[in-house]
Amino acid sequence: MNGYRYLAGIVTGSVSLLKGMRVTFANMVSRPHTVQWPRQTAPLPARFRGHIRMLADEETGFPRCFACGSCARICPSACITVQGRKPGDRKKKVAVRFLLDFTKCSLCGLCVESCPARALAFSRDYALAGYRDTEFRTMDLLEGLASPFQF
Amino acid sequence: MSISPVTIVCYLLGISAVVGLNAVILVWLERKVAGHMHFRYGPMEVGPHGLLQTLADGIKLLGKQFLVPDAADRPLFLLAPVVSLVPIFVAMVPLPLGETLQAWELNIGLLLVVALGLLNTLGILLAGWGSNNKYALLGGSRAVAQILAYKIPLLLCILTIIMMAGSYSLRQIALAQKDGWYILYQPLLFIIYIVTITLETNRSPFDFSEAESELVAGFHIEYSAMGFSLFFLAEYSYMFIAAALASILFLGGWQGPFLPGPVWSLLKLYGIIFLLMWFRWTFPRLRIDQMLHLGWKILLPLALVNFLVTAGVLAL
Repeated sequence: MNGYRYLAGIVTGSVSLLKGMRVTFANMVSRPHTVQWPRQTAPLPARFRGHIRMLADEETGFPRCFACGSCARICPSACITVQGRKPGDRKKKVAVRFLLDFTKCSLCGLCVESCPARALAFSRDYALAGYRDTEFRTMDLLEGLASPFQF
Repeated sequence: MSISPVTIVCYLLGISAVVGLNAVILVWLERKVAGHMHFRYGPMEVGPHGLLQTLADGIKLLGKQFLVPDAADRPLFLLAPVVSLVPIFVAMVPLPLGETLQAWELNIGLLLVVALGLLNTLGILLAGWGSNNKYALLGGSRAVAQILAYKIPLLLCILTIIMMAGSYSLRQIALAQKDGWYILYQPLLFIIYIVTITLETNRSPFDFSEAESELVAGFHIEYSAMGFSLFFLAEYSYMFIAAALASILFLGGWQGPFLPGPVWSLLKLYGIIFLLMWFRWTFPRLRIDQMLHLGWKILLPLALVNFLVTAGVLAL
């Protein structure tokens, strides 16, 4: 009986070893999962949350933000600073300063949800790098947008 | 038989080239195989598909400082990597890699290769003892426990082959398989042999003397720079020799249709090395007692029974 168990142990052991080898061989000949960044990039998920960005008004090209400040109020990390001015010919204010302290932001998205003008959205930037943290303490979200206050 | 100095120099140059190139290719191949078995690519950046990665690593190691610990036994510490590496230059002498590609035909070539294979363990033991480090010492003593467990089944395998071929000469053994490789007659013996060379080359699942997760790096924990790379060279060269021996003993050496002899030799040899890599990236490391159980209670009886049955069949 003992001899039988001895031989059976060798056989079942060898079979299980072969099964393991089959698994690793199948792995080896299948495609690697690695994405060779930065030469290749993985597709971002549709709901990816980068830092927030300011959307432009389609007609005027000005920031949609009218500086109500609800984003700054609701932000749990107090990382948004907004200032607005009223142009002479319009009723609504327009944002002239919109600064984000990205070092504090936890990407909770309350600002995006609370914005009555739907002026905020998540960007798809993820490859952010800088030499010092000050570069991300005051990110100017109005950069690149037109403004009614150009001189 | 007299040998001219020119022959010796040519031989040494050739062997150095084989040892160096083999290590460069095998380290690269190992990382590639490991990578692909993990759904990764392995090295990709230095050279096409990372081919020059090992070369870059080697150059980096050359530029590093070789440290000798204060508490180490200095002569032994310095001697250990040399003792590991030098026997390879002798062990490759009788290996026939082709019809005419053999440094020196020895009628006891097999015995020489097997005897010099033992010196690797001596190198590991010296490194383990000389480092004066508890991990290194544990690694070194494990290597000795290991050698007792695998060497007898290994020798029984070799003895069976010698009995079948009727010669200790590697060339004669290969030629004896002209009509049928010994793996066809002795499949069990081939499996035992492959397991024992995995043990002999200190490779996972039997890498007890290195055992990263238990002994950090085992016997070579205190080695840096070229001392470290000499151990690496030695490890991969022993793999080369063990695989070459396996291809000669069981797969007919350089003999095969269509392709020239050396190509067949290398194909078989690297096929066996691939098998060893495949083991390494599939099986987890055994416990010491499991390895001893395997060596003494499974490999030894099987090899002995195989030996006796073969002797009986040959006698009939």
